[in-house]
Amino acid sequence: MITYLSNNTDVILAALRQHIVLALLPVLIGFAVALPIGYLGVRFPRVYHPLVNVCGVLYSIPSLALFVFLPVILGTKILSPLNIVVALSIYTVALLARTVADGLRSVDELVTQSATAMGYRRFRRLVDVELPVALPVILAGLRAATVANISLVSVGALIGVGGLGQLFTRGFQLFYLEPILVGIIASIALAAVADLAIVLVQRLITPWSRV
Amino acid sequence: MITFEDVVKVYPGGSTAVDHLSLELPTGKTTVLVGPSGCGKTTSLRMINRMVRPTSGRVLIDGRDVAEQDEALLRRGIGYVIQHAGLFPHRTVLDNVATVPMLLGRTRKQARTDALGLLERVGLSAEFAKRYPAQLSGGQQQRVGVARALAADPPIMVMDEPFSAVDPVVREGLHREFLRLQKDLGKTIAMVTHDIDEAIKLGDVVAIFRQGGRLAQVGTPREVLANPADDFVAEFVGRDRGLRSLSFESAADLPVRPLSEVGDLELDDAGRPVGYGSFTRADSLRLVTDLAIISPAGIAVRVDAEGVADGIVRHHDLVDHLAARRREQP
Repeated sequence: MITYLSNNTDVILAALRQHIVLALLPVLIGFAVALPIGYLGVRFPRVYHPLVNVCGVLYSIPSLALFVFLPVILGTKILSPLNIVVALSIYTVALLARTVADGLRSVDELVTQSATAMGYRRFRRLVDVELPVALPVILAGLRAATVANISLVSVGALIGVGGLGQLFTRGFQLFYLEPILVGIIASIALAAVADLAIVLVQRLITPWSRV
Repeated sequence: MITFEDVVKVYPGGSTAVDHLSLELPTGKTTVLVGPSGCGKTTSLRMINRMVRPTSGRVLIDGRDVAEQDEALLRRGIGYVIQHAGLFPHRTVLDNVATVPMLLGRTRKQARTDALGLLERVGLSAEFAKRYPAQLSGGQQQRVGVARALAADPPIMVMDEPFSAVDPVVREGLHREFLRLQKDLGKTIAMVTHDIDEAIKLGDVVAIFRQGGRLAQVGTPREVLANPADDFVAEFVGRDRGLRSLSFESAADLPVRPLSEVGDLELDDAGRPVGYGSFTRADSLRLVTDLAIISPAGIAVRVDAEGVADGIVRHHDLVDHLAARRREQP
């Protein structure tokens, strides 16, 4: 094991770097897209249920199918990392748009009403009051999306781009246990660290939710 | 002055919440809108800060139609207090209070300094400043709600059942402080309650609504208790309105008997009565009556400002006093 690690440090680190980028970039993109979509689901109550349904359908598409199918739609090369980024962004949006909508809907109506009565205009009320109060719900969704993305990236190895997943394919091809073990451990550790990071940020920015 | 000019509110579906309301809320006074649930009092109240739009008619503040003013700017000039306070859970007590001054563009530092002063004003010590609303009791939250509404020093306050969600003892304390604050500040206050006792206690003017959004009677608490406009109002203000109207009668002119008439009246070294309820000249006849009724000997003891007993009142003295007063003012 030690020998494998020391002989392949560069390969492992490169895979890890790629894994981080492929998993987390879609979280950022997806979150940015999900915010306005989720808000629409609250602002226009009729949109909410269709939104929830569409998100459910999107999330149920098998990831491998999406990885293979996207190049056809996007015109990208089958081996382009862009396919993974777009696919995982779609999953993130599907998860987070609903979470954002549910988070905003969870804000006590007394709170939004008193904000309005105090003279908040709609946008500032959203930024200053509704989003901060919805944060615990939204961040819970963000944790789920982040961890899900980190595990999904590995599937990309089957089409040649998969961060730590490439260690699995290599291990299977060579009947060699070490890369598989390293890949599993690194992947779990990465998910744990990312999850912990979000929890820490949450503790920092929502101290009120723990009182 | 806040003026309702023939205001009607009909909700989609045809139910009438407010039916041709015309009402004036005098500047610097507390006007309490009171009535059973579904009488349109809250709907009317929320028209003042444009949370509800009238179907027809106008609401004016000092002669200006609220419908022609910018919503957000109008609301920043009207303090708003609701049941359960509606505090922002993600902000500390201090930042909750600083909300409107910040919206009005004051610096955070200035707004927080002012907010600290306001907390003191509503009876909360500085140690509460850094807490979050979830860490406060219902009564404390309500105080913060009042402080938040007062923060930008608005001339008008709109209060929707502000004291309904707290227990009677806390409510009693909040009432006292409300009256003390209002005496100092002289805001134009519109308050909604379903509790006629609260309305009579806090209101300079009481507007009684009946089901279907119609105004049944407007007047001072005394007028409403003494001369209910109709059976509905008489029923609503309650059977004991005679007794309650005594809250507005001062005990200052009530004749007293010398202490020596009661042989076993026990006084402490300073001359304060022991074991008897006591009143001062500033108290109401209602309190005196109450004391005389609960006292086994049927007497209430009057004390001076230092608490020293200086006379007694018997049951029948009260009856004679009220009878004499009735002869004077038919």
